[in-house]
Amino acid sequence: MSAVRLYVWQRLTATLMVPLIAVHLIVIIYATNRGLSAAEILGRTRGSIAWGLYYGLFVIAASIHGAIGVRGVAREWLGWREKALDRLMWIFGTILLVLGLRAVIAVVGT
Amino acid sequence: MSGAAETMIDVRVWRGAGEGEYQAFTVPRRDSQTVLDVVTWIQRHADPTLAYRFACRVGVCGSCAMTVNGRPRWTCRTHVSKVIEDGRLEIGPLANLPVIRDLAADMAPFFDKWQKAEGTFVPSRTRHEPLERISPESAERQAADAAIECINCGVCYAACDTVRWSPDYFGPAALNRSWSLVNDVRDAGNLERLAAAASNGGCHNCHSHQSCEQLCPKGLNPTASIAGLKRRTMQAYIRGEIT
Repeated sequence: MSAVRLYVWQRLTATLMVPLIAVHLIVIIYATNRGLSAAEILGRTRGSIAWGLYYGLFVIAASIHGAIGVRGVAREWLGWREKALDRLMWIFGTILLVLGLRAVIAVVGT
Repeated sequence: MSGAAETMIDVRVWRGAGEGEYQAFTVPRRDSQTVLDVVTWIQRHADPTLAYRFACRVGVCGSCAMTVNGRPRWTCRTHVSKVIEDGRLEIGPLANLPVIRDLAADMAPFFDKWQKAEGTFVPSRTRHEPLERISPESAERQAADAAIECINCGVCYAACDTVRWSPDYFGPAALNRSWSLVNDVRDAGNLERLAAAASNGGCHNCHSHQSCEQLCPKGLNPTASIAGLKRRTMQAYIRGEIT
């Protein structure tokens, strides 16, 4: 995949994740400060379309962003060829996406 | 200074090509002495077989860059007093390039990458057309001028971590040249140039460590030029001009 395309997608997902991460951190601080139990948290998230969309988007963005980042690290540190790097990127991104979406389903699914 | 009162410098100089070792020399200290003066003294008075490269001696030609105490420098304009550490100088060839012998690095890969980065002017007019009038105050011309004073010395290329990690990377000098031409309104080769800048060896390799900017003897900022290329290639990609 061309360098500029990877660059655009990584910057785009980074921009998207800035507000998502901020909200995510606020939610963590809120939940721990209020001493919410796992059951209480799940009670608020289960069945919520908003939380599903929010974390679903977060997982998609993080999977794309992280996969491109790992590709870059492998390119510089391991010196892999382009084809192998693309394969690594797709496999790593897919694993992140599957694991992430599974977690989202567990949190918002009823 | 003369005789017993003379202050001496402990100089270690790289000898050999890819394989070799540092050789110790003792060189008399002089006022306003440059690193190139030290190397020249060694060749004239200690070992005439020492290979090194220089031409103008006044910071114009960009031939004399070497690694001095771990950092790339233009040796003709680098005073010993600025770089000496505990009375010692270690002088080697430029990093990130093959070594021909001793202090002479092979600059061929460096200039090959200028070609790959499309760092040559592509005229938009023929000799039969009138000269284009360019205002020196125009924003485009000032952007082109900001990157134009490069003397091709290779200091930034030798200083660049990313060049060391990624042998295909064009490096700061070639991309700085590319950025100067991208801003040149007389040039007609921007599409090919932006495609080259967006290729695997191009601007997106840069991590903005800014060693190039810190060590450029001409005070240029190739990191800023590369950042400019990242913006322009992104715009060209979004417009569908490059893939």
